[in-house]
This record gives sequence, C-alpha cells and structure tokens, in this order.
Amino acid sequence: MWFNRINLQIARTHLFAKKKQTAIASLGVTFGIAMFVLMISVMTGVNKLLEETQLTSTPHVRIYRDIGHERPSLLSAFNPGERNWNLVHHQKPKDEPLNLRNGLLIARSLEANPNVLGVSPQVSSQVFFNYGPAQLSGMLVGVDMEKEDRLYSVRSKVKSGSLEALMASNDGILMGKGLADKMQVKAGDKVTVTTPKGEVVLLRVIGTFQMGIGAIDNLRCYTSLQTVQKILQENTRYITDIHVKLNDLSLATPLAKEWQDRFAYRAEDWETANATILVSFTIRNIMTGVVVMTLLVVAGFGIYNIMNMTVYDKMKDIAILKATGFQGKDIVGIFISQSAFIGLIGALLGLIIGYVLSWLVSQAPFDGGEFLSIDKFPVNMDPKFYVFGLVFGILTTLLAGYFPSRKASKIDPVAILRG
Amino acid sequence: MMMEKVLVAKNINKYFMEPARFQVLKDISFDVNKGEFLSIVGKSGCGKSTLLYLLSTMDTDYEGKIEMKGTLLTGKTQNELAAFRNKNLGFVFQFHYLLPEFTALQNVMLPGLRLGEYSAKEVEERAYEKLSLLDMQDFALKKSSKLSGGQQQRVAIARALINDPAIIMGDEPTGNLDNTNSGIVFDIFKDLAASMGQTIIAVTHDADFAKRSDRIIEMSDGKIVSGV
Ligand SMILES: Nc1ncnc2c1ncn2[C@@H]1O[C@H](COP(=O)(O)OP(=O)(O)OP(=O)(O)O)[C@@H](O)[C@H]1O
Ligand SMILES: [Mg+2]
Repeated sequence: MWFNRINLQIARTHLFAKKKQTAIASLGVTFGIAMFVLMISVMTGVNKLLEETQLTSTPHVRIYRDIGHERPSLLSAFNPGERNWNLVHHQKPKDEPLNLRNGLLIARSLEANPNVLGVSPQVSSQVFFNYGPAQLSGMLVGVDMEKEDRLYSVRSKVKSGSLEALMASNDGILMGKGLADKMQVKAGDKVTVTTPKGEVVLLRVIGTFQMGIGAIDNLRCYTSLQTVQKILQENTRYITDIHVKLNDLSLATPLAKEWQDRFAYRAEDWETANATILVSFTIRNIMTGVVVMTLLVVAGFGIYNIMNMTVYDKMKDIAILKATGFQGKDIVGIFISQSAFIGLIGALLGLIIGYVLSWLVSQAPFDGGEFLSIDKFPVNMDPKFYVFGLVFGILTTLLAGYFPSRKASKIDPVAILRG
Repeated sequence: MMMEKVLVAKNINKYFMEPARFQVLKDISFDVNKGEFLSIVGKSGCGKSTLLYLLSTMDTDYEGKIEMKGTLLTGKTQNELAAFRNKNLGFVFQFHYLLPEFTALQNVMLPGLRLGEYSAKEVEERAYEKLSLLDMQDFALKKSSKLSGGQQQRVAIARALINDPAIIMGDEPTGNLDNTNSGIVFDIFKDLAASMGQTIIAVTHDADFAKRSDRIIEMSDGKIVSGV
C-alpha cells in the first residue's frame, strides 16, 4: 500500500524536478559514508598490522621448563612445623637440566590435538657472537625448519639465502637481519659463537630473515635441531621449548592451563606472554571505536538534517496532497521512497569514494623503519565496513525521511497552508 | 417534495488562540441540500474561508458538528477524513494551490489515481475532459508553476471535479478570472448542480455570481446574518 505506483511516481517527480537538491542531499550522505570508510579502514589497518606482526611471530602457547620453581628448602623438609623457624637465604635451584624430558613425545601428542594448527619443538640457547673485540648477545634457535615454517611462515620472511640450504647444511644459520647488519655479515660468511658453557664454535651464515619485530630480528638465529644439540653437547632428544599455534586463538588460555597440569612444565599462553602489548592494543582499539562513533554520529546528524530539510521543503505539497485525499501512509510512503533513493545513491557513491581514497592511502609510500617491515601505508579494506556503511547510510536516511514526513502527515492540511 | 440534506453544520464555534484568543465563528448552523448551488458572501475577514476549511474537513480544530451525506465527520481520524475528501469532496482554494513540479494534467489526475476507481488511462481521459471544460486542454502538459494565476485557478477547478464529488467547495473560485471565464465556471457549476445533482458551495465577493446562484448565505463578524 505504501509504495503503490502513484506514490512512487510522485516521489520520482519530486526527485527529478529538483535534481540539484537531490544531488546535494545524496552528496551529504556520500560525504559521511566516504569519511567513515576511509577512517575505519586506515585506523584498523594500522591496528591490524601492529597486531599481526606481533602475533604472527608469537607462539599461541609456549611450553618450557621454568627454572627456579618454588621448592621447599631442605631444612624445612627435615624440620617442619609452625613453631620452628628456618632461615634460608637466597636459595638457588639445583643444577637441573633446562630441557623438557620427553619433549618430542609431548610435541607428538600435541600434534594429534584437533585444536592444534602446528607444533614446533626447538632447542634455544643464549649465545655470544664474537665481533672483533666485542661480543654481541644472540639467541640460537634450533628448529625443525619445516615445522617452524608452518607456524611462522619463515619462508616468506627470508631476505637472503634459502630454507633448503639451511636444512641441507650442518653448520649453517639463518640470521636475523638486524643482527646480520650489525655484524656486517652476508650469506656465506662465517661467525664465531660462544656458548653458555664456554665452548667456541664456527658457524656459517647461509642467509638472513626479517620478521619485522626488532626484538627478534636483532637477536635470533635459526639453525637445525641437530646443530644446536651438537654445540650444547646434548643428545638428539634434547628439547627446551615447544611452540604451539592453534586454530582458534581464544583457546590458548584454557589449553595452556590444561597442558601445564598434564605435562608438569610451564605452559604460557600468548596473552600472558604479551600482556603489555595487549594493553596497548586494547587502548588503540578503544580509541578507534571512539573516533568511528564520533564520525558516525556527526555523519548521521548531517544526513538527518539534510533529509529533514528536504521534507520540510515539501510541506506545502504534503498539505495539497492531503487536501485532495492522500492519506498519512501515502505521504510517508512518498518520502520514504525518496529517502531510500537518496540514501542508496548517496551511500553507494560514498562507498566508492571511500574505497578510492583508502586505495590511494594504501599506495602512499610509508617507511616502517627498523620496527615494521612495510613500505606502503597499512589500510584494512574489510568488506564488513562497506556493508556496515551501506546499511548505516540507508537506515539513517530512511529514518530521517520517515520522522518528519510522519509528523507532517498527522497535522491538518489547512494548518500548513495557512502558514 | 422532501429535500435530501447533503451537509449539516450544527453550532459551529471556532477560536484562534494567536495572537490572542479570538472567536472567528460564532454558533453557526445551516443545512445544504443535494444539488443546491450555494453562495457564501460577507466582508473580508468575517470568517468565510475559515468556515469553508472546517466544512472541507481540512481543519478539525472546532466545536460543533459537521455531517455530510449522512455521516458524522466530526471526530474522525485524519486518514478517514482524507479518504472521505478523496471520494466526496472537491475543493478550490482561495489561493489556487497546485503541486508546482507537476504538469497541469498530472495535478488534475492525482486525486483520480489515488481513488483508483478508474484505470490510469481512463483517469487521463477524464482529466483531459475536465481541462477542456475549462478551456485548459492546450496547457495540459505545462508545469503548473509556469501557468498564470487564472490558468492555475482553472486547473484547480478541474482537479476538484475529477472524482465527480458529491460536494464541490470553492473559496472565491473565480477570483482571478476575467468575465468570460467567470461565466464559464459559473455555467459549469450550475450544470453540475442541475444535471448531476452535485452540490456547490462557493465563497464569493462577486455580487453577480452570488445573485445567480440558488441561495446566498451572508456572514458578518463570524455569524450568519441571512440565508439559513
Ligand atoms: N491562522 C490564523 N490565526 C489567527 N487569526 C486568523 C488566522 N486565519 C485567519 N485569521 C483571522 O480570522 C478572521 C477570519 O479570516 P478568514 O480568512 O476566514 O476571512 P475571510 O472571510 O475569508 O476574508 P477574505 O474575504 O478576505 O478572504 C480574520 O480576522 C483573520 O485575521
Ligand atoms: Mg477568505
């Protein structure tokens, strides 16, 4: 009934008789929606990039042996009781091994878990790189490169050399780009490494990688499990860490807890490991939310005002239509269809302009510096934003057309005509 | 012979609140018969337009009762009144209000299309007929805002006739017309009343026009002084 042929025809005549006004009203919607799309794309683009660089190089769960687990002193074991005072100063752990016993078995059992995307058992050791008279500290990480690659897509981070060459050699390392630059070494160069036990070994740099995070690129060197095990003079079952990635990030906390209880080793989820980073993410997300909300409110009011004016401009027409027998629902129908048209055209145009602007920004050169390995500005062109923008634009316009026309449809036509 | 009453107004009072409370219409009562051609006359500002707006159901803010075609219209909803106007009432405003962005033909057709008793094609034919009656057929496709005052008034009259309403009300319907066209409009009204049984209620300042109608109601200062 609302949208019968006469009402649509009247709406069309109104829209096309005043093309300029229709265009201005549509452009009002366009402007709001385009700004919304641009802002949210850019802001979430930055957030997403930061989050992703942080999270892709972080294991969801890391299992390792926590040194210095609280342990009752021998004294209190032999002399228990509330009344007895046992004073033990600066209790140190025993000379216990750093490895996970049955590490490979644990890794294998984790791999069978359907929630697990990948497991990478590794041996990591603090080392010093001899650079002339100076010693640079670094982290030598022995991994099964195929498994490590599945977790962190190392292959795409390789800047020189190749993973195959690393896997083929028995004294090769893949060095973080920051560290390699500091030591001025290139693929093929040899470096001298001092282990925690004081051994000095010679290793060959067969390539470099860059994760985009300074804390990793300036410290880490990848090599094979066997190489580290050999340097540390340990057997081939020696594993210090197990990194796990899950299919669903949110399962990390409960699973870590379960595994910690099951394997009796420390199992740390990514949220605990990255608590400070997460706080900054939360703050950034809240800020994005506030900015986008403000933008939507402003855009919404703009659209509302323009539609209101469009309807009030036609007040006399409404009175005449009512005088000649058009009912309230006809009036509302006429203006709702005009609003729908303006909203649809305006919002679609807004999406297109928003897309073009976001694309232009995404092409702008941007130097991420040491910290981020990007050369263009990060923009998040999520289709979700476009759907939201379209719905928001049309809905606001519809409401902005509905309320004043419903109000107008309820008053006596003479009250309008008399002024 | 018993006359059929098509309109009954009973004890109508109307006040304007701004700028100060002021009674425009004072206890107005009268009947109009079917097929009657009635003129309402009176000095400027005595309340003729105000009364006609009430009768046309476009102003619902009054005391008293208005009945048309045996139906009590006082207290009906806006939508019911709009439907009643669409079918039974043709109105010509003192200041001929047309939809400015529509052609003369579209202005005449719209109430007909809204009523929906005829197909769009038939409504168009009928609209042309009404426009021809008023010698406006040549301007049918012109935008109404581009017409002269008298031409607009004639289009407004054609629009009032489109649904063959039982009652046609005009607020100085010939106010902008020359003698020839005034005469044409008068003859149309006279004919509609006599042969179609449609009732005409016209406010006029034209003494000649009033004198030739069936009955004259004279108002003064919000009251009817003669013609009831
Ligand atoms: N909206 C209004 N608010 C207040 N007073 C009004 C309003 N409309 C009309 N009036 C007053 O009511 C009185 C009657 O006005 P109305 O328009 O009915 O006169 P009229 O008889 O039609 O005069 P005319 O012959 O000049 O058209 C006038 O005194 C006018 O000033
Ligand atoms: Mg008047």
